[in-house]
Amino acid sequence: MSDLLYSEEEDALRAAVRDLLTDHCDAAGVIARTESGAPHDLSLWKSLADGMGLAGLLVPEAQGGQGATHREVAVVLEELGRAVAPVPYLTSAVVATEALLACEAGDLLAELASGRRIGALAVALSVAPDGAFKTVRLEDGTLHGESTGIADASAADVLLVPADDGGLYAVDADADAVTVVPQVSLDLTRPVARVVLEGARGRRVGDAEPAVRRALRAGAGLLASEQLGLADWALTETVRYLKERKQFNRPVGGFQALKHRLAQLWLEVVNLRAAARNAADALATGEDVEVAVAVAQAYAAGAAVHTAEEALQLHGGIGMTWEHPVHLCLKRAKADSIAYGTSGGHRAALAELVDLRAP
Amino acid sequence: MTDAGELRNRTRDVLAAHPPATTERLDFLKARFDAGLAWVHFPEGLGGLGAPRSLQAVVDAELEAAGAPDNDPRRIGIGLGMAAPTILKYGTEDQKQRFLRPLWVGEEVWCQLFSEPGAGSDLAALGTRAVREGDHWVVNGQKVWTSSAHLARWAILIARTDPDVPKHAGITYFVCDMTDPGVEVRPLRQITGEAEFNEVFLTDVRIPDAHRLGEVGDGWKVAQTTLMNERVSIGGMRIPREGGMIGPIAKTWRERPELRTHDLHQRLLKVWVEAEVARLTGERLRQQLVAGQPGYEGSGMKLSFARLNQEISGLEVELLGEEGLLYDDWTMRRPELVDFTGRDAGYRYLRSKGNSIEGGTSEVLLNIVAERVLGLPAEPRTDKDAAWKDLTR
Repeated sequence: MSDLLYSEEEDALRAAVRDLLTDHCDAAGVIARTESGAPHDLSLWKSLADGMGLAGLLVPEAQGGQGATHREVAVVLEELGRAVAPVPYLTSAVVATEALLACEAGDLLAELASGRRIGALAVALSVAPDGAFKTVRLEDGTLHGESTGIADASAADVLLVPADDGGLYAVDADADAVTVVPQVSLDLTRPVARVVLEGARGRRVGDAEPAVRRALRAGAGLLASEQLGLADWALTETVRYLKERKQFNRPVGGFQALKHRLAQLWLEVVNLRAAARNAADALATGEDVEVAVAVAQAYAAGAAVHTAEEALQLHGGIGMTWEHPVHLCLKRAKADSIAYGTSGGHRAALAELVDLRAP
Repeated sequence: MTDAGELRNRTRDVLAAHPPATTERLDFLKARFDAGLAWVHFPEGLGGLGAPRSLQAVVDAELEAAGAPDNDPRRIGIGLGMAAPTILKYGTEDQKQRFLRPLWVGEEVWCQLFSEPGAGSDLAALGTRAVREGDHWVVNGQKVWTSSAHLARWAILIARTDPDVPKHAGITYFVCDMTDPGVEVRPLRQITGEAEFNEVFLTDVRIPDAHRLGEVGDGWKVAQTTLMNERVSIGGMRIPREGGMIGPIAKTWRERPELRTHDLHQRLLKVWVEAEVARLTGERLRQQLVAGQPGYEGSGMKLSFARLNQEISGLEVELLGEEGLLYDDWTMRRPELVDFTGRDAGYRYLRSKGNSIEGGTSEVLLNIVAERVLGLPAEPRTDKDAAWKDLTR
C-alpha cells in the first residue's frame, strides 16, 4: 500500500516553496501580469529552478538533476497551485522532462533540469495519457505542420514535437520557420499557443509514442496535486473570509446553509488529498500507476472545480470582481479539468483497467 | 510488564495451563482475563497489565495461532466499546470489580439507553426522569434505538435528575439492571422488515445509588467518554480495493453483461471512483493514526460512507432490473449481528438509509466539521442557558 502521508523533508520543501511564493507571487501581481505582454513570471521561474533546483527533481543526479521523486514534485505543485503561479513547472519540469527521460537526449535533459532552458511538449494540453495526439509531417528532413493548444509554448525555449515518422523531435522555439502564436486562453496563467512549423529543423531525440505516453501519464497524475493546491487555497480563503464577513449582524460563516457547503468542500479536499498522494506515490514507486493516476484524475477535476465555483459564490459580489483572486483559481481549475484528459475520459480508461466494461 | 517478549511468554503460560482444545470456552476467557491479557492497556486486576494498547496485537497473534477462543467481540460490542471505557474512567473500585470481568468474557451483555423519541440529535434534551428515594433512584421514561436490549443484562443509562437547571447540567449516568421488573423491551421493526433495535420502556425502575457512574449532574460529561469511544471504534481497518458496498455491484456488473446499459455504466464508474477515493482517505487516516498524527479525516469518513452506501445500493437495485422488483425476505426477525453488505441488494438499499441517521446524522456531522475543523461560528442558540423544564418540546 502506498505511503499517503507527507515526510518531514516534504513538509520542509513545502514550507520553502510557500515562503518564496508568499514573497514573490502575490495575487495582485499575478492578476496584473495576465494582461501584460509577458504572461509567465520568468524571474519567479529562475528562483524556483535555479535558486532552489526544483526543475530537476525528476532527473537523476547523474543526468544533472536532483534525483528526487514524484512525491516531492507533487508537493511543489500543490504550492504552485495554491498561488496559481504563472510558471511553466508542470509543462517543463514534469511533462517535457518525463518525455526526455524516455529518450536519449542527455544534454537537453540536463538543460531542462537546471532550468536554463524551458521545454514544452507539442501535444495539446487536452490530450489524455492514452489519447490520440497530432503529429507534424517530416518532409525532406524538416518539419511541417501546426499544433494547437500547446500549454506554456510561448515561454518555451525548446519544443518537443511528435512527427509522422514516429519520432520525437527537439525544435528550438526561436529558430527560423518556427512560429509560436499565443491563443487567447481561458486560463491566462497557463496560456496555450499555436505552434506553426514551416520547414523547421529538429533533432530526433527518440520515439514519440512511449515518450508522450509517459509524459502525459506523469502530467495527469501530478496535475491532481496542483488541483489539490487550488482547492485547498479556495476553501481556506473562503472559510477565512466568511468568518470575517458580516451580514444580518452575524458572521455569514455562522449560517448553517453555508457551513454545510463548506464542510462538504472540506470533505472533497480531504478525499482529493488522499487520491493525489496515492497517484504521486504510485508514480514514484511504479506500482499500480495506471489505476492510481486514472482514479486521481477521475476525481480531482470535479473536486477542484466545485471548490473554486463555491468559493466564488460564497464570496458574493467581491468574488465576481477582476480584483479578487478567486477567478484565477476558477479559471485554472476549469482548464485543469480538461488538461491531460477529462474526468470522463479517465473513468472510461478505468472501465478497462479494473474490468468494469461498457455494454 | 510492557515488553512484547514478556507478553508473549505470559500468553504461552495461559495457553499451557488452559489448553484451548480441552478447556471450556468461558473458563479459558476467564483465565485470560485474570492473567491480564484481555485488554493489556487496562490496569492490573481488571483484565489488563497497564501496557501500551498497541501490544494487544502481540497477545492476539499468539492466541489466534494457538486456536484459542475469542470473546466474540461483535456480539458484545457495546459493552467493550462503550460501557467498559466509561466504567474504567468513572466507576468506583467496586463497580469495576463487579462489571468488567463478566462484560469482557461475554457472560453479561450490555446495551445503551441514551436516545429517546424526543431526544435524537439533541440528546442532551432527554426527558427520562430519575428521582432519588433514599439510597435508590426511581426511573421513568422511554428509550429507543437500543440494540441488544432483549439480550442485555445491564445497560448504561443517562437520565434527568434535575429539570430546573440547563439541560446539560441536569443529567446523571447510571448502570441499569435490565432484569428489573419495570424494564419492558419491545422490538422496533424497521423498514427492512427486521428489528435490529428495540424500544425500552422504563416504569418505576429502581437503581441503587451504588450503580451511579460519576457525580450527580455530571452525566453529560460521563456520556462524552462513551460517545468518544463509539467514534474511535469506527474505522481503523485497512480495506482492500472494492471492499464494502461497491464489491457486490462490481461483481454483478462483471458476471452479468446482459444487465449493462450506458447510463448505468457512467454512474457505476462514478461511484466506483468515489468509493476508491473514500477508501484511500480511510487508509490515509489509518496511516496518520499509526504515525501518531491523528487527523480530522475521521469526521468525514462516516459522511462519505453513508452517502456512498446509499448511492451504490440504490444503483444496484436499478441494475438488477426485474430482479430489483423482488426482496429476499420480509420476515420479522431480531438479528444479533448486522452486516450492512449482507443479504440482497434491496436489503442493502433499505438498510443503508439508516447510515446517514445512526451514530450522528449527516447534518449534525457537517456541523461538527464546520465548527470543530473549519472553526466556523455556531448558530445562535436559545437552549443553552434555559432550565430544561422551560424548553420547547
